[in-house]
Amino acid sequence: MAGSTPASPTADAALPGLAARRTSLGLEAWRRFRRHRLALAGALILGLMILAVLLGPLAWRVPINEIDFAAKLQGSSLAHPLGTDDLGQDLLARMLYGGRLSLAVGLAAMIIAVVVGVIIGAIAGISRGSVDAALMWLTDLFLSLPQLPLLLLIIYLFRDALRALAGPEVGMFVLIVAVIGGFRWMPVARLVRAQFLSLREKEFVEAARALGATPLRLVARHILPNSLGPVIVAGTIDVAAAIIAESTLSFLGLGFPPDIPTWGRILYDAKDHLDVAPHWAVVPGGAIFLAVLSINYLGDGLRDALDPRKVM
Amino acid sequence: MGEPLLRVENLVKHFTLKAGLLSAEVDRVRAVDGVSFTIDAGETLGLVGESGCGKSTTGRCVLRLIEPTSGEIWFEGRNVTALDGAGLRRMCRDMQIIFQDPYASLNPRMTVGAIIGEALVIHKLARGRREFEERIVQLLETVGLHAEHMRRYPHEFSGGQRQRIGIARALAVSPKLIVCDEPVSALDVSIQAQVINLLEDLQERLNLTYLFIAHDLSVVEHISDRVAVMYLGRIVELASARDLYASPKHPYTEALLSAVPIPDPAAKRRRIVLEGDVPNPIRPPAGCHFHPRCPRAMARCRQEAPLLRDLGSGRMAACHLND
Repeated sequence: MAGSTPASPTADAALPGLAARRTSLGLEAWRRFRRHRLALAGALILGLMILAVLLGPLAWRVPINEIDFAAKLQGSSLAHPLGTDDLGQDLLARMLYGGRLSLAVGLAAMIIAVVVGVIIGAIAGISRGSVDAALMWLTDLFLSLPQLPLLLLIIYLFRDALRALAGPEVGMFVLIVAVIGGFRWMPVARLVRAQFLSLREKEFVEAARALGATPLRLVARHILPNSLGPVIVAGTIDVAAAIIAESTLSFLGLGFPPDIPTWGRILYDAKDHLDVAPHWAVVPGGAIFLAVLSINYLGDGLRDALDPRKVM
Repeated sequence: MGEPLLRVENLVKHFTLKAGLLSAEVDRVRAVDGVSFTIDAGETLGLVGESGCGKSTTGRCVLRLIEPTSGEIWFEGRNVTALDGAGLRRMCRDMQIIFQDPYASLNPRMTVGAIIGEALVIHKLARGRREFEERIVQLLETVGLHAEHMRRYPHEFSGGQRQRIGIARALAVSPKLIVCDEPVSALDVSIQAQVINLLEDLQERLNLTYLFIAHDLSVVEHISDRVAVMYLGRIVELASARDLYASPKHPYTEALLSAVPIPDPAAKRRRIVLEGDVPNPIRPPAGCHFHPRCPRAMARCRQEAPLLRDLGSGRMAACHLND
C-alpha cells in the first residue's frame, strides 16, 4: 500500500455508469426539467401565449377598436372566434393586443421585485448589526404601508410627467411596472435574508472562508446559489400578483388609458354584462388563470431542475 | 526542537449575549477561557472533551474562522492574531480544516472538481485549464478517489467518500497544519478506520501536522502523539498519549478514561460516574471549574482555580491534588 487508501469498493459500486452520462450543467438541468411533466406543460402553454400575443396581431388583422353595434355581445362565431363586447369590438383581437401588455407588466414587475428583494435581502443577511437592522426596518416599513392608496397617489403624481416624457403607453408601462415591483420586493428580501442567515453558518461556507475566499465569492458561489429555490417560487407568485395588480389599477382608472385593452381591463369591462355575455369575462379571466398557473408550475420545475440534489 | 509550528497563548473566546433595544451585553458565554498549547511540526495533538467544552471553538480560533476575544496564536514565528486582509488570506495556504459533518461541509451545487479546485482558483495555484484539472485528479487520487469523480456532485457519494473530498479540498493548498474537527465522529465505525488510516498515511507522506479534535478517546489515543483534555473552556491535562492513558493526573481525565469501553466482557474495572451535568459556561463555578462534579474535591478547589502546571517529563495538569 504505497500511497493512497482506496475508498470502499462497495460504495463505489453503488453508482454504476454515472460517469458516462455526465455532460454539461445546462444539459443536466434540462434533463431534470423535462421529467417534470407539469412544468413542461406550463412552459409550453406560456410559450404559446407569448408567441400568440407577439405574432397573433399580425395574423388576426381585425382592428381592436372597430365598433359594430349590430354585432354587440355576441358569442363565438366565425367572424369573431371569441365573441364581441358591448360595442361589438372583436375580443380575440383585443385579447391578443392586451396580452402583450399584461404579460410584459407581470414579468417586468416580477424581475424588479426579485432583483430589489435579492439585493436588499443579501446585504441584510451578510452584514451583521446596524446595516441588517436598518434594512429590515425599511422592509417592515414598506410592508406596513397602505399600498393601494400610496400606489394611486404615486401614479397620480407622476403619470403626466412620464407621459410627456415617454408617450402614454411606454410612460404608463414604466410607471406601473416600477410601482408594482417597488411594492412587492419585501417578501423576497425577507426570504433571501433568512436563507443567508442559515447558510452563512453552514460548514461548506466556513470551509470556503478557511480557503481564503473573499466575501463576494462566498456570496456569489456558495450562499446565493443555495438560497434561490424559494426565491424562484416567490418570483412566479409575483408575476401572477402583478398581472392582477395591473387589473386593479385599470379598474380604478389609473392603469393604462381605457382604450388600451389589457386583460384586467377587459375583465372589469365585462363585469356589468355577466348575465347576458359571460364569455366576455371568461376569456380574459381564463387567460389570466392559465398564465398564472403555467408560470407557477414553470417556477416549480425550474427550482427542481436547478438543484443537483434532486434525482429524478 | 526550537520554535514549535503552532503556539497558542492564553486564548480566550467569550460569546456575548445581547438583549434589548440598545443591544446591551447581558451575559457572556466563556467558550474558551485561557487555553495555551504548542504543536511541533509533524506532530498530532489530540484535543478531547465533552460536547460544549470549547474544543471546536479553539480549533476555529486557530484558523481565525472565529475571532478570538484575546490571546495570541503564533504560526512559524508569525503572529496570526495580528494578520488581516491579504496576510490572513496567505495564511490560509498554511492552515486548513476538515469538518465533522461530511454532508454539510460540501456545497451541494458544486461539482467535486469545483469544490477541490476552489482553493486553486482563489490562490491562483494553477495556470490554465489543463494544469487545473491535472492537479484536481492528483488530489482525488491522493485521498483514494478517482479522476472520473471530478464531474459528480457531493450527493452522489457516501459519507466516507465525502469526507475524503473534504480532505482533498484541505490538501489543495498544500497546508502544513490541518485542524481536524471531529473528522470521523459522523461516520460508521468501519469507515472511521479507513479515514483515520488515510489521515495517518497523509501525515507521513506530506509531513502534515494535525490538531485533532474528537470526543472518542480510543480514536484520539490511536492517532495522537500528545493529548490535551478540555473541560469548560480550559485545558485540565496535557501529556503524551501513552502517559495520559496509562496514568491520568487529573480526576476528570480519570473519569473520562474509565468510560471507554473495553472489548472484553470479562474485564472488570472501577467505573467513575460523574454526578450532574457540565455547568453552564455563562456562569462557570468559582475556583476549579470541575469541583462540583469532582469526587475528590477539597475546600481549596472551591476558592482557588488550579493552574496548568508542569509536572515534569512533558506532563501538565491543572489540579490541586498534584501539589
